[in-house]
Amino acid sequence: MISLEINGKKYEVDVDADVPLLWVIREHLRLTGTKFGCGTGMCGSCTVHIDGKAQRSCITQVGSVQGKKITTIEGLAENHPVRKAWIAEQVPQCGYCQPGQIMQAAALLAENSNPTEKQIVEAMSGNLCRCGTYPYIKRAIKRAAKEGRKV
Amino acid sequence: MKTEISRREFLKTTLAGAGLTIAATMTPFGSRLVSAQDVKKGLFNPNVWIRITPDNIVTIVVNKSEMGQGVSTSLPMIAADELEADWKQVRFVEAPGENKYIDPNWGMQLTGGSTSVRHMFEPLRKASAAAREMLRTAAAQTWGVPVNECVASKNTVRDTKSAKSLTYGQLCDMASQLSVPENPSLKDESQFKIIGTSLPRLDVPDKVSGKAIFGIDSFVPDMLYAAIARPSAIGAKVISYDKDAAEKIPGVQKVASIDHGIAVCATAPDLAWKGRDALKAKWDKGSHPDLNNETLERTFLDSLKKEGAVALNRGNAQNALTQAVKKVEATYVLPYLAHVTMEPMNCSAHVSGNRCDIWIPTQNQSGVLEVAQKLTGLKPEQIHIRTTYLGGGFGRRGFVDYVEEALQISKAAGKPIKLIWTREEDIQSDFYRPGYSCRIEGGIDDNGRMTAWSHKIAVQSIFEYFAPQMVKNGIDPAAVDGIEDMDYEIPNLHVEYVKLELPIRIGFWRSVGNTQNAFVKETFVDELAYAARKDPLEFRLNHLKNPSARRVLQVVAEKAGWGNPLRKGESRGIAHHFSFGTHVAQVAEISVNKKDGTIKVDRVVCAVSCGTMVNPNIIVAQMRGAIIMGLSAAMHEKIDFANGGIQTANFYNYNELRMNEAPEIEVHLVKSKDKIGGIGEPGLPPIAPAVANAVFKATGARLRRLPMTPQTVIEAMKKV
Repeated sequence: MISLEINGKKYEVDVDADVPLLWVIREHLRLTGTKFGCGTGMCGSCTVHIDGKAQRSCITQVGSVQGKKITTIEGLAENHPVRKAWIAEQVPQCGYCQPGQIMQAAALLAENSNPTEKQIVEAMSGNLCRCGTYPYIKRAIKRAAKEGRKV
Repeated sequence: MKTEISRREFLKTTLAGAGLTIAATMTPFGSRLVSAQDVKKGLFNPNVWIRITPDNIVTIVVNKSEMGQGVSTSLPMIAADELEADWKQVRFVEAPGENKYIDPNWGMQLTGGSTSVRHMFEPLRKASAAAREMLRTAAAQTWGVPVNECVASKNTVRDTKSAKSLTYGQLCDMASQLSVPENPSLKDESQFKIIGTSLPRLDVPDKVSGKAIFGIDSFVPDMLYAAIARPSAIGAKVISYDKDAAEKIPGVQKVASIDHGIAVCATAPDLAWKGRDALKAKWDKGSHPDLNNETLERTFLDSLKKEGAVALNRGNAQNALTQAVKKVEATYVLPYLAHVTMEPMNCSAHVSGNRCDIWIPTQNQSGVLEVAQKLTGLKPEQIHIRTTYLGGGFGRRGFVDYVEEALQISKAAGKPIKLIWTREEDIQSDFYRPGYSCRIEGGIDDNGRMTAWSHKIAVQSIFEYFAPQMVKNGIDPAAVDGIEDMDYEIPNLHVEYVKLELPIRIGFWRSVGNTQNAFVKETFVDELAYAARKDPLEFRLNHLKNPSARRVLQVVAEKAGWGNPLRKGESRGIAHHFSFGTHVAQVAEISVNKKDGTIKVDRVVCAVSCGTMVNPNIIVAQMRGAIIMGLSAAMHEKIDFANGGIQTANFYNYNELRMNEAPEIEVHLVKSKDKIGGIGEPGLPPIAPAVANAVFKATGARLRRLPMTPQTVIEAMKKV
């Protein structure tokens, strides 16, 4: 049995310790907002927060995150500045990579409330978007940063 | 905001007219679904596209797949405008895969070719106008006043004399008893209130919260996960595999041989993959063990020596070439590309006795239905297809190979299954944008005008496989798209097509033949412009009569400051292409590092002319997205072949553009009275040639190969 804490809720899952966290989150616990994109940590669709840091759940063994706080897209507050900015800037097209983009952006802003353009690009370049929403993502992060500073 | 209605409820409310013929659904109205006695109390459902319920909610049934292009917003906007609906009360629901939801223009339920708005604009407007007239009539009858006194606006019908009003919700019952008018009058375009506005997309809130359900998010009680061991080379046959070893993995419940490989079913996805690996399947060398990058290159170049089928012969290009004052020749070789939708191919299926259920992110419900009928022997009404959101399509999801697999596996397992492809399977089992070669000869006269253009294209035929009836006189329309119908006025034009026979699966890739043809056409026109010592913009305009083509070029040039000085090391390139009914011109501002050959694209300016604009923000987003995808392809993407198979496997060797290389993109919408044009694809073709033309300006080197990797650039520079 593996014990997990996801979005403030405790779960016991009967899986091997080497199973990628992604599949436990998605298929066992049915928190399907977190997406599978590559299985090699190269696209960022599976990004979640582990103790507040953006991590690729597809290359994270579930056994390694016991006792840590995991947050998925479902655990991000509805009024989170990043979520609000994503709607205001109408970022998504197909939308598949967006939960990962949002989690990556939220982790960036938690660490750095006023990132420069360069810091945004550095933090976000591990997340692929085939629809090409990068200009919108950039704008949404700037908006969220601005909103976040007001709060 | 996607309206959640259960399958059962949907069936109850809209399927009462099952058994409708295709002919009936070919009318713009779809068809009247329910007869008076079948009406569910309170539901007003005058045709397949519209449902209005007593809670005053208008639900538009969207028969096109939402894959990011915005149809789940743009199609409801078209309907809502004509219906005089209150946008706040409008919801959408994705149509199931059923014959009655076919695109009346195509006779198929299929999303592609940038046709969704173009094909559904009239049918949705007519259907909505009919509903609006029925609601007005219902109100008039209720009040005993003439219909022309009753005005519909924002989900309400109002009597202009008495100022009485009733909501659409209140009028449902009565309206549903009325007959459907056959020729309701449509609004004049000047009266549009919703069409032409940048309303927020209906799918965005769910896509931001993580609630949006994609194919991979489907769950069926008692389902197993399926994984497939696939041949390591094209046409390879299995020599051996260890079934027992796979079955010993805990959770593995079934191992079965299917058409495309060996399937393993297990209780969790990781266990299915463990089982697949335990098979240790061995394959023979395949049908074409000598196929690799080098042999393909040779095939492409050798094919240009062959005689092809003539697609177009205007004037006499050979004569004109011999008389030309200046002659330019160029040979191009372009690579195979993968679609790489962010959501890998997947399908959930349950084949059980007299019923088949399919949950699928597809662009091609009609194709899914056809393959399901073939594989199960069931009738259409026994097959239930739910389309989820698509995590990208770009043409890949028009193919149904992964549905065939899911159905075969479910049949073998006797259970519902969810098949999820790994990224490696997704890249290695794609229907690629075909590799392409061509040779062009062009001539100009002493006035600097193009007098001749002779163009031979060698490429596999997409349509031969997908829709053979489209291939006429040996010409695949996708192969010559954008060349035989180019806008430039050239008196002598010869276009020839050599059909390549290769064992590589190919398909429609966003903007299809236009991607390759716009690249070669627009870089070659640029070469001719320089040969004629003309400015590339002026040279293009000198050969264009089409007002929209001229207009987008003029707008993009003005907005980009064409001709104005740039910062040191920067250069500009320009390109125009007409595809899918829409004119697009782009200017790219770039810099090239001449030592290492890297290109940096700093800014792109785009002008688009597509006639009636339904949602300007969505048009801008499609332009930006297509430019970035086109840039990704132009700068980085290439499928490698080795030992008779596909060597490229995942993002570590299929390089895509990331945010650090994404330029600023400015989009300008150009108004015109042209027929409504497509939007999903036309933004893509001009970007690669605009960048390549800027590279020429910076380095004097012509890029006749893609992608524009540093190595390609350095090699092209050596030839200068």
